[in-house]
Amino acid sequence: MVIYGVSLLAFCLLAGSFVGDLIGQLLGIEANVGGVGIAMLLLLYFTSQTSGRWQLSATSQSGIQFWSAMYIPIVVAMAAKQNVVGAIESGWLALVAGVLAVAVSFALIPLFSRVARRGAQLEGEQ
Amino acid sequence: MEMLSAVLVKKGLITSFLLVGVITAFSYWLSNKLSRGVIHGSAVAIALGLLLAYFGGVYSGGNKGLADISIFSGVAFMGGAMLRDFAIVATAFGADTRALKQAGWAGALSVVIGVVLSFVVGALVAVAFGYSDAVSITTIGAGAATYIVGPVTGTALGASSEVIALSVGAGLVKSVLVMIGTPLVAKAIGLNNPYSAMVYGGLMGTTSGVAGGLAATDPKLVPYGAMTATFYTGIGCLLAPSILFFIVRSIV
Repeated sequence: MVIYGVSLLAFCLLAGSFVGDLIGQLLGIEANVGGVGIAMLLLLYFTSQTSGRWQLSATSQSGIQFWSAMYIPIVVAMAAKQNVVGAIESGWLALVAGVLAVAVSFALIPLFSRVARRGAQLEGEQ
Repeated sequence: MEMLSAVLVKKGLITSFLLVGVITAFSYWLSNKLSRGVIHGSAVAIALGLLLAYFGGVYSGGNKGLADISIFSGVAFMGGAMLRDFAIVATAFGADTRALKQAGWAGALSVVIGVVLSFVVGALVAVAFGYSDAVSITTIGAGAATYIVGPVTGTALGASSEVIALSVGAGLVKSVLVMIGTPLVAKAIGLNNPYSAMVYGGLMGTTSGVAGGLAATDPKLVPYGAMTATFYTGIGCLLAPSILFFIVRSIV
């Protein structure tokens, strides 16, 4: 049943968000720490159970696949509701700070990716 | 006409499905026509969404882009954090858990480095623009991390409302720029595998920027980038008003 997949996805997001809020509270901050990431790990855990009664049927999986495929349309809607005027009219300081932060971060990606890959290879050899 | 717009408003979410479908179709047509598919259709769609958000904001004077025009109000729900997070989690289905595990520590490290890096850049720009008090410098630095870390930090430290507004502005610029810029620089920075996507998510951090940027580049990379980006705002809210603030205060 399609709803089983959708329902499992819902459970993962709710559980992840709850744990994320909990971690935030433990750290004493008013923010969710990693809720979506925890939800993704939960989903990966449940969907990788290939044996026993936990295994999702193809129809149930399509409930998850539908929302995965809706990701880009949702992101397009997200883009259309951004405060672009606010970003453009926020003045030079905000503009310079934002642009430089992005430029510096972009520039460092190749360096860190190499480190990440090398680490992964070392782990693979062990 | 009035009856039609009443239907569009009343069934807002459905209207947004139709609208996004039309935007997407037009974008793929444009992508094929003008760039022969070199610039990906979804990248065009996201850029077009941002353009519509600009006109919506100019027209309505609000801060929710196109969604402030009543017949497009459903866009706010479709593109809101709830459905966005739901879809992001769904993209993890079928992700390569081995890559996630292997690059896990590098991803975690990149989140901390990403927060500190953006913070330092933002703080230096604040100093360059003449701010000299630790609270304002810290708040603007935090805003360069994300537009959530900025106001959270500013409120915690008691920054003025203008400085908090600036920090939100810096975060907005960052998020919009990441959405537009990622597909353009993806090749140059080697953003084509799970490892670099995790580093990218950790260094950029802005959830909406990373979500948009990866969607426009290669949707297969979304789970890896989103996985690390999801920790960024929380870590930022943890570090900026505490350790980073103390460091700034001890320097100025």
